[in-house]
Amino acid sequence: MEMTSTDMKQTPLHDVHVSLGAKMVPFAGFEMPVQYTGVKDEHQCVREKCGVFDVSHMGEFLVCGSQALDLLQRVTSNDVSVLIDGKVQYSCLPNEDGGIVDDLLVYRINENEYLLVVNASNLEKDWNWINKHNSFDAELSNLSDEYALLAVQGPKSIEAIGSLTDLDVENMEYYTFQRGTFAGVPNVIVSATGYTGAGGFELYIPSSQAAKVWNAVMESGAAVGIQPAGLAARDTLRLEMGFCLYGNDINDTTSPIEAGLGWITKFTKDFINADALKAQKENGVARKLVGFELTERGIPRQGYEIVDEEGNSIGEVTSGTMSPSTGKAIGMGYVLKAHAKKETPIGIQIRNKVIPATVVRPPFYKA
Amino acid sequence: MNIPKELRYTKDHEWIRVEGDVAIIGITDFAQGELGDIVFVEIETEGEELETEEVFGTVEAVKTVSDLFMPVAGEVTAVNEDLADNPADVNEDPYGKGWMIKVKFSDASEIEGLMDAAAYEALVG
Repeated sequence: MEMTSTDMKQTPLHDVHVSLGAKMVPFAGFEMPVQYTGVKDEHQCVREKCGVFDVSHMGEFLVCGSQALDLLQRVTSNDVSVLIDGKVQYSCLPNEDGGIVDDLLVYRINENEYLLVVNASNLEKDWNWINKHNSFDAELSNLSDEYALLAVQGPKSIEAIGSLTDLDVENMEYYTFQRGTFAGVPNVIVSATGYTGAGGFELYIPSSQAAKVWNAVMESGAAVGIQPAGLAARDTLRLEMGFCLYGNDINDTTSPIEAGLGWITKFTKDFINADALKAQKENGVARKLVGFELTERGIPRQGYEIVDEEGNSIGEVTSGTMSPSTGKAIGMGYVLKAHAKKETPIGIQIRNKVIPATVVRPPFYKA
Repeated sequence: MNIPKELRYTKDHEWIRVEGDVAIIGITDFAQGELGDIVFVEIETEGEELETEEVFGTVEAVKTVSDLFMPVAGEVTAVNEDLADNPADVNEDPYGKGWMIKVKFSDASEIEGLMDAAAYEALVG
């Protein structure tokens, strides 16, 4: 299979977004809705009610065969062998230089069949990486164009979609999935996952049926005040939870140990660069990803310098925003280990001023 | 999109309302729409003499930060203090309650050189 970069792609729901008045922006090679009514409104709707995101740009790879598990154990950092059918796992693909190729979800369909969900921006890189390390008898297929993906997120998600399927969504455990008929469409994967911290589901739908499911969800969710939500709200929601975004908080040069992803890095098995990461875990790392809140007015942004109380450079901001839920200016960034403890006073260099901040442990918002 | 006829405009999406020798300055309806929800307007140049195109402040939206440029040279004589507590005024009423600064301009011919509503509409339309 050959994959090349071409012109801007569209998701199967592109025309739906345009008709809803969404502001469309280029993102990871796709034309994506960044906002509909406004980021604060959409953010609040997800926190309090229910919002629907089109995240069809995400990539899906199917890994099949009797050695599918062996391949996944080799390329991912988490222990895939603990999964049972219908269970989902957050993980990452470590590279050989101490960094991260991508973060991803691993779905166990059965012992010989796994679905990987990867970031759109890394799709081609991931595909090449996993194939390069497939010295096993595992068969990979890229199903990214065959699946549309909707994230229905928020405390009212069960009410919003419960009537659309016979699957028992009410009793689905977090990070599990089932396959069934949804809104009359067979073979939809309903997954109790999401990246907002608001609870809810992600729906993997055959692309041709995306608009049908979208419309059914919007109609069924109208009673709970469902709204479409864009990438901007998705970013503020994930950041309030302290969830890493690839390209901001993690990348090819940040290790999972530095990024606080030790909990998905399991040395009970062998995987790419395991020895070096194990040494990091045992000996400690020079810098760590931390969360922080500004104590005076200002907004931290990616790339801003982080300084200590004497003004010495100690790191860099990787994500930042005004938290729509708390009204506080929040961010994440790498700092030298000596400054990584919670409640450590730090400063963020914003234009010509240093704005004081305090290291805090995410989440920045608790429901 | 709202582009009042009586105002002047810049390519940086600021509007200018002239009252005598004072220019009242804000950002346009188009600009606030592009920025999205505005959460913080920072202007600390009150009392300063600034050149045309010099940065007089910044506006922070949830997603992005953007510099504010002087449409004309002059002294910043007033800053809209209400925006400190109500930055969303810029979104809701960009040409009214969302005004940002007043400038005592030094050269009236600079005002004449700014875009009128028709020219600005052509730029963003």
